[in-house]
Amino acid sequence: MTTIAELPPGFADKVLSAQSTFRSVMDAMARPGSVQRIVPMAGAPDTMMRGTAAIALTLFDHDTPLWLDARMAESADVTKWLKFHTGAPVVQDSSVASFALVGDGGALPSFESFALGTGEYPDRSTTVIVQIDSFTSGRGFELRGPGIDGVATLKASIKPFDLFERLQINEALFPRGIDVVLVADDAVVAIPRTTRVVSKGS
Amino acid sequence: MNAPAYNFAYLDEQTKRMIRRAILKAIAIPGYQVPFASREMPMPYGWGTGGVQVTAAILGPQDVLKVIDQGSDDTTNAISIRKFFAKTAGVATTTATAEATVIQTRHRIPERALNENQVLVYQVPIPEPLRFLEPRETETRRMHALAEYGLMHVKLYEDIARFGHIATAYAYPVRVNARYVMDPSPTPKFDNPKMDNCPALQLFGAGREKRIYAIPPYTQVVSLDFEDHPFEPYRFNAPCALCGAENSYLDEIVTDDKGGRMFVCSDTDYCEGRQAAGHYGSLSAAPYREKAGSHG
Repeated sequence: MTTIAELPPGFADKVLSAQSTFRSVMDAMARPGSVQRIVPMAGAPDTMMRGTAAIALTLFDHDTPLWLDARMAESADVTKWLKFHTGAPVVQDSSVASFALVGDGGALPSFESFALGTGEYPDRSTTVIVQIDSFTSGRGFELRGPGIDGVATLKASIKPFDLFERLQINEALFPRGIDVVLVADDAVVAIPRTTRVVSKGS
Repeated sequence: MNAPAYNFAYLDEQTKRMIRRAILKAIAIPGYQVPFASREMPMPYGWGTGGVQVTAAILGPQDVLKVIDQGSDDTTNAISIRKFFAKTAGVATTTATAEATVIQTRHRIPERALNENQVLVYQVPIPEPLRFLEPRETETRRMHALAEYGLMHVKLYEDIARFGHIATAYAYPVRVNARYVMDPSPTPKFDNPKMDNCPALQLFGAGREKRIYAIPPYTQVVSLDFEDHPFEPYRFNAPCALCGAENSYLDEIVTDDKGGRMFVCSDTDYCEGRQAAGHYGSLSAAPYREKAGSHG
């Protein structure tokens, strides 16, 4: 039984840490495939990475229904920490979530189970935050789209292995779609719905 | 350094989170107008309340802020907003385009090419390009959903039918990433080509209309036109009277009541930079007066 006093802390400086974290995420979203570092650190509970925790503290609040995958939800520390620091309501129905936190990418449900937005309001879609192993090893990917000057290359070991194949639904759905934020420790890469990915293998 | 009564950069943290979430969605869907819960700001609507909220949500202590109004760093609106953030966020301010990391603008894009480390924040009065063609928000929203933009082409065609050319000179509609038709805010159409494939992130804030939209870096932005009436940026056919620039956007300044006028760069930083580098025009002040005078 964890009491609130034992929970890992939030940002030491809430205002400036949130600002700095947001700029990293904004730069990541504006330049898909580029690896951005999240500098300010908060305590991260259990299975949650440092970067994920900082993003949670920066973007989540009572207005953002939150869906947790089984890996995240099974940890009482994670749910208590999120509840105490962000106040975001945790929902079981992923199709109404503003954000989804995925600790175990291997068990990532189909993107169609998340909110994809509507034709009139494509912004009402889930931002899926997936924790992955690393941006230094793994397969290479070629990315094209707005925010990228020609072609960007991304190296990442990602579960699920077919993440980018699954993201091809964005092509047909646009302007509806899913925006993905990948987190590995303190590094973050965003794949907004406009990015088209070609696997380079190896 | 904060004024003690305010949070950093004026807005409270919950408001910033809401605006930040809107900005992220705006970047993910280039040209789409994301509704947001615009707050009342300590300035009237029309003075850049949308741009100020976007700037407040992204600004950090390490940023260097530049604010321009019609290209000028020295007008009331630009000075007020610069002072506002110097006071509430303690950020460094500048008038030099090259030194700025965040540039808030009312209706111009700086002449100097922007770089990847800069964010351009536009103040937008009417974000909906279709609004004067279709007053109902429910309808314009559906038109965007269906990419039904024929009406806009009819409007441009009617320009050609009446005037012989596309007479829209500012707020000239663009298509972003081959999908959304977007109002670039009332910038002169001279500036439209600068939006295309721009290395800097471009954010648009409309406070009264409660919309945020964005153009990510390196994104295709095409001004609407016709094959037989291609888009042409418009510019007075004259050099700047102060710095002699042949390729900058010019303001016309009336100098007397006998029809006298001069044309000067709208971008004051660009013009001053050129003058400092030794360029001069026909009406340059000292030390170039003698030279200018010799031209008659």
